[in-house]
Amino acid sequence: MLVIRRDLVDAMVAHARRDHPDEACGVIAGPEGSDRPERLVEMVNAERSPTFYRFDSMEQLRVWRAMDEADEVPVVIYHSHTATEAYPSRTDVSFASEPDAHYVLVSTRDAHDVELRSYRIVDGVVTEEQVDVVESYMFSHTGADDVPDAD
Amino acid sequence: MAVKVSIPTILRTHTSGEKSVEASGGTLGQVIDDLESRHAGLKARLVKEDALHRFINVYVNDEDVRFSGGLNAEVKDGDNVTILPAVAGG
Repeated sequence: MLVIRRDLVDAMVAHARRDHPDEACGVIAGPEGSDRPERLVEMVNAERSPTFYRFDSMEQLRVWRAMDEADEVPVVIYHSHTATEAYPSRTDVSFASEPDAHYVLVSTRDAHDVELRSYRIVDGVVTEEQVDVVESYMFSHTGADDVPDAD
Repeated sequence: MAVKVSIPTILRTHTSGEKSVEASGGTLGQVIDDLESRHAGLKARLVKEDALHRFINVYVNDEDVRFSGGLNAEVKDGDNVTILPAVAGG
């Protein structure tokens, strides 16, 4: 399950809408081991294409170094599909290289009803997961599910 | 000539989980061969038909080697080599 703050979801959707009809892409960093997305970085789509995305290699180096120095990891890697559903394409699966990341797909094919879904992509296997949108992480249950939530 | 090589998460299965390993060589190609001698399997993840994989980014210090000779890029003592799989898709 991806637990994510509403403002970050809104920022991904806004980025995808702004770059439409080209694909938008970016990363949300979070503290290592926390699985908590916190710091959103909009990346340049070096391909500037409606059907493909690739992080600019120099920008990726800078952003990855900054994460390293802050003991952060890419918790979310997101990109948009501008004419198809928010499901990983074959290309997405073949290039997925962060087994610990949540891959978020935003579809802007319907301007009025933007679709956002999240997946794990490990060794070529796609697993969709629930997206739990929260106002704040302070009261959300983000730890291991050993103990049932009291409700 | 010792250089420090940063290994991305997805390739750490070849380095017993190490984020950073040492290697030696005067060119990137030699550094990769040296890595392969201690971390078997790594080379095939980086190199295909005597060139770097298109979707693997390799940097010597702050330079993307795609623009500085690829496997022939010069590497000097104390340099940092960073390997990052490209983040890409369709």
